Formats: sequence, C-alpha cells, structure tokens
Amino acid sequence: MSAFIIRRLLQSVVVVAVMSLLVFVGVNVVGDPVHMLVSPEAPQEEIERIIRDFGLDRPLYEQYWLFVKNALQGDLGRSFVFGEPALKLIVQRMPATFELALVALMMAIVFGIPLGVYAGIFPNRVSSKAIMAGSIFGFSLPTFWVGLMMIMVFAVMLGWLPSTGRGDTVAILGLRVSFLTLDGLSHIFMPALNLALLKISLVIRLSRAGAREAMHQDYVKFARAKGLSEARVVLVHIMKNILIPVVTVLGLEFGSLIAFSVVTETVFAWPGMGKLLIEALHNLDRPLIVAYLMIIVLVFVIINLLVDILYSVLDPRVRIQDAGR
Amino acid sequence: MTEIVDTTEVAVRVETPLQRFVADFLENRIATGALVVLAIIIFIAIFAPLISPTDPYDLATVSILDARMPPGEVNLDGVPFLLGTDGAGRDLLSSIFYGLRISLGVGVTSGMIALCLGAAIGLTAAYYGGRVDTVIMRLVDIQLSFPAILVALVLISALGKGIDKIIIALVLVQWAYYARTVRGSALVERSKEYVEAATCLALPPRRILFRHLLPNCLPPLIVVGTVQTAHAISLEATLSFLGVGLPITEPSLGLLIANGFEYMLSGAYWISFFPGLALLITIVSINLVGDQLRDVLNPRLQK
Repeated sequence: MSAFIIRRLLQSVVVVAVMSLLVFVGVNVVGDPVHMLVSPEAPQEEIERIIRDFGLDRPLYEQYWLFVKNALQGDLGRSFVFGEPALKLIVQRMPATFELALVALMMAIVFGIPLGVYAGIFPNRVSSKAIMAGSIFGFSLPTFWVGLMMIMVFAVMLGWLPSTGRGDTVAILGLRVSFLTLDGLSHIFMPALNLALLKISLVIRLSRAGAREAMHQDYVKFARAKGLSEARVVLVHIMKNILIPVVTVLGLEFGSLIAFSVVTETVFAWPGMGKLLIEALHNLDRPLIVAYLMIIVLVFVIINLLVDILYSVLDPRVRIQDAGR
Repeated sequence: MTEIVDTTEVAVRVETPLQRFVADFLENRIATGALVVLAIIIFIAIFAPLISPTDPYDLATVSILDARMPPGEVNLDGVPFLLGTDGAGRDLLSSIFYGLRISLGVGVTSGMIALCLGAAIGLTAAYYGGRVDTVIMRLVDIQLSFPAILVALVLISALGKGIDKIIIALVLVQWAYYARTVRGSALVERSKEYVEAATCLALPPRRILFRHLLPNCLPPLIVVGTVQTAHAISLEATLSFLGVGLPITEPSLGLLIANGFEYMLSGAYWISFFPGLALLITIVSINLVGDQLRDVLNPRLQK
C-alpha cells in the first residue's frame, strides 16, 4: 500500500514538473517575455534593467531553475495590474471558486441521482424518456449561452434572482462564504446550477445505467421476495450500489468544475479565481496567468492523487494491477 | 404465393457495404432529420455570402439607425430584419450565416488536422509498442486528466490571439482523443492474420500502417471525429465568448453571443439568443448524427 502511494506521489511530482516546464517555456519562449514585462513606452535603460533583474540574459535552463526556486518558496511573481504577489491574489479569490464548485457538486447529486434512478427504474415511461432527452441537451448545450439565457429569464424577465455578483457573505473560520445568508443563496443559485448542468446530465446517465443493472440482480429480487417495501428496495438496496461509481466519478469531476468555473464566473461576474484569470489574459498580466496555471495544475494533481489512493483503498484490484505493470 | 417470391428476392439481392450502411443509418428518423439539418447548416456556411439577405460587414449598407431592432421589424428603407439587428445595426440573420461559416470552418479544420495527427501518433504507438507506446500513452493520459478548456487556456496564454493560433490550440487539445482511439483499435487489429500476412510479405512498416491497419481503424475514428468536431465548435465559441478566442475581425458565433451580452440586461434578448440557438442546433445535430454513426458502425450492435 505505501509503495503504491509513494509511486503515485512520485508520478504526481513528475507531472507538476513537466507542466511547470511547459508553462514556463510557453510564456518565455513562444511569447516575448520582455514585451510582457515592460510597457512598450518604457525607456531603453528601464528595459535593460528589467532584462537583467529577471535574468532574461541568462541561458534558459538557468532561468527555469530560478523560476522553480522562487516557486518552491511560494513566490510566483508580482501581478503587473494589482502590484501584489500573484499567489496572494489567487488565494484570496480561491474560496469563492471552491464554494461555487462545491454547491454545483451538491446540485449534481441532489438533482442527478433521483432523476437518474427514476429513469432507470421506469425506463419506458414518457417522463423517463424526457429526462434522458434532457440529459442529451445538457451535454450539447454551450454552458456560457445557457448562463446568459438563465440571466435573461430569471433576472431580466421574471426578476426573481439577481444576475451578477456574490451577495452578502459571512465569515466561518476566517473564510467568507455566501451560502449561509439568504442574499448569498439567491446569488449563488444560478451560477451554481449553470456550472452543475453538465454534471447533472452525467450523474443522470450514470445512475440510470446503475439502476437498470441493479434492478435485475439477485439481491434485489431477494429483497422483493422477502416482502420489503418498494421504497426500501430502491432507497437502500439499489441506491447503495449506485453510489459507488457516482461518487468516484464526481470526485474526479470536481477538478473540471473548478476549471469550467472560468466560464460561469465570467457570465455571472462571480468574483472567483477563474474571472481573475480571464482578466489577467485580457490585461496580459503574465505573472498572474502563470501563477493561476501552476496552482490549478497543483489542484488537479492533488485531486487525481487522492482519487487514485481512494480507489486503491476501495478496490484492491487496482493496487495489484499497478504493481504488476 | 407472392410472399415466397418476395423473400427469395430479398435473399438474392446483394447489398454493397455502403448501401447497407446508408440503409442502417436512415432507419433512425431523428438521426436522419439531424443529418438533413446538418446538411442545411453546412450549405449555409459555405454559401453564406450568396444567401445572406445583407452583407453585415459592408459599412456602406449597415446603418447605426437600425441598431437593436427586434425580430421581424422593417427599417425606414423597407429592408426587413427577420431576426432583428445587433447593437451596430447589422442584420442578425446575415451575421449568423457568416458566423456559422467561421465557427464551422475553425471547428472542422482543427478537427481534421487533429484527426490526422492523432491517428498517425496512435498508429505509431500501437505498431511499435514497447517504450514508444509507453511514452506516447503517458503523454495522452496526462493531457486527458486535465479538462479541455484548461488545456486550451494554457495554450492560448502561450500562443496569443489569432485564427491560426486558435486552430493550433484546438488541434493540440484534441489530438490525444484521436490517438487513444486509434491506438485502441489498432492494437486489436495488429494481432489479426492479415497484418501477420503483410508482415511476412516483408512489406515496409509504412505500408502496413497506412494501407492495412488504418482503414480498419476508421469506423471508431469517424465516430470520435464527429463528436470531437462538435466539441471543438463549442470550445471555440466558449473561448471567443471569454474574449480570448478569435479576434474581432473573425466574428464567430461565440463572439456574436458575447456582443449581445451587454444588451441583454436592457431586454434586447435576440442579439445573444439567436446566435446561441444556431450554435445549439449545430452541436446537437452533429452529436445526433455521431450517435447514430456509432450505432451503425459498431458490429456488436448489428442485428
């Protein structure tokens, strides 16, 4: 077990190293770093000073080494626009993004599982077919456009929900969260639902497939034969067996929720780190872009690592297969 | 009596694989409808300059006085605007036709290049195996563990703006899907007798790869190709909406939707709604056609 974890850990370090190299080379070789670092109007001495300060006259491997050394000390550079450490700016915006992604994850479970199980248990009903057709649309709809349409219907036409922003927040353990105030809830509902749509479709498909499979298993027949109520058969016996694949897939999808929040945050003006990235891309604020990418890579690698370890704990076959490779 | 004659006729009639494929495909009414819609969309995209009611980017005919006209309105000169006009007075229907041209163009071009690149890499991995295979597939695994939009954003921030750069980014986002698909089916095909026979004849590897293996890996590749093209169109629209995709000189559907965003809060819904609807119809019909292709091309589902 510990050998497995160590091997996975080493793999993750390699992935982070490779990605840092890619991001670094992308910014410094493909793009012109001097052009990104100084405004074109700056005097010649200023440009030369910056080239020297950032070590741009040194060979590339030395520059990369410097970047890694600084990054390991938590220094990912300063934002041009804000004049503050890039890392600090991103960490400040992180709770908003994570809150949005978590609420979206909750919605995927709360809406997705019941609808999917229903469609799986009664596959021939018209309502089930409508659910499945809806899930196809959930996969095909461009997220950002759905967000716009939601704003149009619920904020502009009906006036039920606020269209943008985060609303009131309360502090818990030093983190500001909005799901505990009514105003915050009304602000988070639309963006979270928008972000969750794709995952709801995914959960519907997974739990429908799971329910259809479980329906014909012997243990379900046996539970029925014992005379258990239909509700107990569905809610306890079938549900338990659906949850395993759904939970693992959702764990993996959490990372993609954070990545896709870039789109949702822009549509709903949600003050998270995805919106920060888009602003940075518009302003060519390269240190901030690099910092965001490095952090998101780290988040992804950690999520993948945790899911892998969890997998091997739950399913010993994964461990053995990996050792045999 | 007539019945017997009928059955013999059916048994005797020889179908070519293509005929069978077409017949199987047309069995599904929804997919057939989607194919028709897709054909119309492709027609519009190719012939946009000829069939558009007006040229939305001809400054001589576009008038700011016509700005934000609701759908169906007619302007002072008697020119009707079926889907209304945008903030600069451009006819929305014409803008959508031109936008479809750019969106489909970028999506299909990048999809085709990624297909060729991915197929070549996937075939190489499957044919040579060993270390080559391990390195390539590790690369594919790492890339696929990150969502497409994130990979695209990384690439865009390195490459910058421009239609060629977007196509490069979309190719680099997609190649891994094709490589994995081709490698999977090529591995199965490689162990079959005909490849063994070709190897025994001492045919050059290139010939075995492209003349023997590739044609047999095509069916799954075509299916992945349709779905990926839909993804590419959607991804390009998303990037353009975020303002990091195509430049303003190449107004794709995503950019049209973004332009309408600012007018939405004042109630001019149509500027964002109709381009989005066009995008949605395009993506849904490609996906439906892809679904049916998958069912028809999958021998396990054949009756």
